[in-house]
Amino acid sequence: MLTGQDLPIQYGILPVSQDEQALCLDHVRHVGDPVAAVIAREELTAFEAMDLIDVDYEILTTISDPEEALATPEPRIHDYGEEGNIHKRVALEFGNVEQGFVEADEIFEDTFFYQGNTHLPIEQHAAVAIKDPDGKLTIWSSTQTPHYLHRALAKVLEMPAAHIRVIATPNGGGFGGKSDPFNHEIVVAKAALLLDRPVKICLTREEVFYCHRGRHPILMKFKTGVKKDGTITGMHLQTLIDGGAYGSYGVASTFYAGALQTTTYHVPRYKYEGCRTFTNKPPCGPKRGHGTVQPRFGQEVQLDKIAEKLSIDPADLRLRIAESSNSITANFFRLGTVNLTECIRRVVKSSGWKEKFRKLPEGQGVGLACSAYLTGAGLPIYWNKMPHSGVQLKFDRSGGVSIFCGATEIGQGSDDVLAGIVAEVLGIDPFDIRLFTGDTDLGPVDLGSYSSRVTLMAGNAALQAAERGKALIAEGVAEKLEVPKDRLRFAEKRVFDSIAPEKGVTFQEAVCLAEARFGTIGTVGSYTPPKSPALYKGGGVGPSPTYSYTAAVVEVVVNPVTGWITVPKIWIAHDIGRALNPPLVRGQVEGSVYMGLGEALMEEQEFRRLPKKLSHALVHKFPSMLEYKSPTSLDMPEVFTELVEEPDPRGPFGAKEVGQGPLLPIMPAVANAVYDAVGVRIDEVPITPEKIMKALAEKKAGREPRYGPKHFPHVNWPEALRVPPPWEGGDGNAVNEAPRRAKPKTEKERVLTP
Amino acid sequence: MMRLPLFEFRAPRTLDEAARILDGERASALPLAGGTDLLPNMKRRQQVPRTLMSLRHIEELHHARLENSGARIGACLTLTDIAEDSRFRNGLTGLAQAASVVATPQIRNMATLGGNLCLDTRCNYYDQNYEWRKAIGFCLKKDGTTCWVAPGSRKCVAVSSTDTAPALISLGARVRLVSRSGEREVLLADLYNNDGIHYIKRRPDEILSEILLDSLHGWKSTYWKLRRRGSFDFPVLSVAAAVHLSPAGVVQDARMVIGSAACRPLVAAEAGKALIGRSLNQETIVEAATIAARIAKPLDNTDFDMTWRKRVTAEFVTYALRELRGVDVRAEREALTRHPAI
Repeated sequence: MLTGQDLPIQYGILPVSQDEQALCLDHVRHVGDPVAAVIAREELTAFEAMDLIDVDYEILTTISDPEEALATPEPRIHDYGEEGNIHKRVALEFGNVEQGFVEADEIFEDTFFYQGNTHLPIEQHAAVAIKDPDGKLTIWSSTQTPHYLHRALAKVLEMPAAHIRVIATPNGGGFGGKSDPFNHEIVVAKAALLLDRPVKICLTREEVFYCHRGRHPILMKFKTGVKKDGTITGMHLQTLIDGGAYGSYGVASTFYAGALQTTTYHVPRYKYEGCRTFTNKPPCGPKRGHGTVQPRFGQEVQLDKIAEKLSIDPADLRLRIAESSNSITANFFRLGTVNLTECIRRVVKSSGWKEKFRKLPEGQGVGLACSAYLTGAGLPIYWNKMPHSGVQLKFDRSGGVSIFCGATEIGQGSDDVLAGIVAEVLGIDPFDIRLFTGDTDLGPVDLGSYSSRVTLMAGNAALQAAERGKALIAEGVAEKLEVPKDRLRFAEKRVFDSIAPEKGVTFQEAVCLAEARFGTIGTVGSYTPPKSPALYKGGGVGPSPTYSYTAAVVEVVVNPVTGWITVPKIWIAHDIGRALNPPLVRGQVEGSVYMGLGEALMEEQEFRRLPKKLSHALVHKFPSMLEYKSPTSLDMPEVFTELVEEPDPRGPFGAKEVGQGPLLPIMPAVANAVYDAVGVRIDEVPITPEKIMKALAEKKAGREPRYGPKHFPHVNWPEALRVPPPWEGGDGNAVNEAPRRAKPKTEKERVLTP
Repeated sequence: MMRLPLFEFRAPRTLDEAARILDGERASALPLAGGTDLLPNMKRRQQVPRTLMSLRHIEELHHARLENSGARIGACLTLTDIAEDSRFRNGLTGLAQAASVVATPQIRNMATLGGNLCLDTRCNYYDQNYEWRKAIGFCLKKDGTTCWVAPGSRKCVAVSSTDTAPALISLGARVRLVSRSGEREVLLADLYNNDGIHYIKRRPDEILSEILLDSLHGWKSTYWKLRRRGSFDFPVLSVAAAVHLSPAGVVQDARMVIGSAACRPLVAAEAGKALIGRSLNQETIVEAATIAARIAKPLDNTDFDMTWRKRVTAEFVTYALRELRGVDVRAEREALTRHPAI
């Protein structure tokens, strides 16, 4: 049996939030926080032994939500953070937002609430650890981030990282829920080292709900000023974020919640204030769309209200204010290609928007919403100057090529993308490629499958490695064929003279020629994102090499008596740059639609509070796959997917992300469609029949036809860092903060092109 | 921990043998039909029988005889058998509809009619892992003394969640219960108690072997189910309705049953009486629905807000009665069900 004393060293995914312990030491922070581990030869024995453990708890005051956290500074859930139970506060202002409101013709103030929900991967987390004969540790785990797990294990086990091997197993779904180092991974590693035998754990579904790291519940207040034509003059966003019991990615989530308001529509002055509190519930973290999903809901619903008030079609309004390619936003994010307007035009056309919006019979409606998402986080989790992704290629005399890369296949197809890119450059069949990925001993570091980064970053690294291999092979072949190497082409498993294509050798012969000339052929490639112009403190969250864009139209049917809501059809267009594997891209779009629909209509991480005389603890209402309601394949509507392809030079062959962005417009589009159908605003997610019925009752009673939060509590915001936007002569630094880094040399952005 | 506890397994080939086993084992044995509810419950340690006795190999439990004079349906017919067999139509449509909306296709392939009639009552505090229940303190229904739904209650309020029982009650079904000491027939409406723990009057030594129906000539029936997902879920409200109409469309007899609103299916007798001698029209339907909905008193122990469940009950009764009147309610049904409707 292990307890907290066996693993006292703290860890956590972010360097600023090293607040977790593998097993609780002195302080249990939420129901589900593990206090002991039992290792036995078989499960039933472990189960019986576990049932015999008695824990005496001294009951502390519990905190159920951020408002309670603000009002209850003591006892503190953690002894670090801003103050009391506030984990992180952020205040940033880009241009004078009050001036923006002065210049506005109309000002809109809306409060929204986005309920928390969880990833619900079909596969529960599992891990196996063994002590190798030479005393090293190997751990297999269903993780999205083997590199970060590697670092956490080295720290907690006090072992040299070189003696630890992490293998990310083929993974039955992650969605962000397997991106933290977890208690159970550390426990099996420790147990395997102590017992010198393999130790395995498979979490139950209940335990997966306790690991959580899912969507933060966020209360939001949007104040937006607009001109009569819809032009935004200023926006002020405040968020109050329910972090749960640990830091996890929460500091990043807090920044993300304020990051991407400026990347879809032009916002000339923007202020963001965000506050994440600790509560006694399972920790929240990154779920698909990390931190940006909740404010995207608020922003897109508010835009629908703005369009209504200004009597502008919501699609036309968005076309007017959409951001354009290669801009720098008010908060100094450099955009790549932006094809948002094309996405909007596509869904307007395919859905028959103009014939449907405000024209369908009572009870039927359509709603439109858009989004942007980053193609890879511009900065790593821990500060370093090394590449974000590395690839090694081994060229074999057989004509086969092996790819070694830390990138982690979690079902999204990242292995396929690597093979496709290398095969394309070398003119060979992807089937002739073997991949060794997600293994910290075999491949160079890739930071992990999160932030939609793998296609662009590992893809660019693979592209560079393949180009370097191609150059070596070309030299070997050029010598043999007596043809200048720049005339050689690589295609159809051959290397040949482009002027006389019959003159050539097979790819296998080409590799042999190169090996004869240079010795063993292996190449490496790596990728580091371009430096961001956002130099202010906090500017590290949100920059990306480029952003994807999505527009969606959702059709709903709402029963005006019961509030029952169904979604028969969804049209969605996604700006992918270039689809390297169109079926995989469509799979990600449809998977996002599916997940978004679950969040829109039913998914909730709900808690009950036990009576005060017991413990007042927050207990997960129903940690089961049956009662945590999520749609099934049968519940899917018809989805009409269109891909908008304009290659972005920053991505490999022009590719941008698709894993997360298409989720974002679904929830607000559903809310907007409900308004079109029955004339009530549901300013809260999920949008359930009960809430619709309550809003319908309000409408009938002549009150505001709305269901949603009524106030935003007082928060002691710090003085905002003031960063003049580019059009006010800003240089990316805050004027009320000492410059932190020298402005980067204005070097030309280095872009890898095929 | 979600592994089955250890148990002995028996697989008798005749009803006699099965009755002898149950007689010998008494309450320590449980009959196993499809197992789709019992086995997950055992993983959660809601039931921990020493012996499981499979009913699968008992030939006579798999027969169905449907004749004009009435029907005898073996308890081990699967829900798929019933949903897909076109003989279960006309008067029996409500039963086929109920069977077709239980859980998922995979579960319906295993789950039996008898098993669905004996389905354990459900509750948000009871259908949880052993660890969850232990952590908050075991509830009244299993191992504890407190009802977490109604802490003042001395009675368990777990919810009857069977789909087929309301449908069969509306058809006036009886069930045959066989034990070593003999057999008895019970009106299905009388099989259940309004008690979440002692919800069924089947004795532990009895096997529910058959469902018996009188002639349904002239009857029409239907079943409506409320659940979160149109693909699968336990009911959180259901309405079974059957009417016997004269050629002129006058109601000769009517039975309405509200399911999943108490520990047992609730027969809306007053609502049925209100329709007799009248034709089904907008006015009589709304009147009957209003009366029927009064008996539903849902509690906060299932999915959905209990107030909302109460408020939509009358609407669901109108769906059923309008359908029996001949109104096209396919759109309403499609909004609730994500597979082909019967």
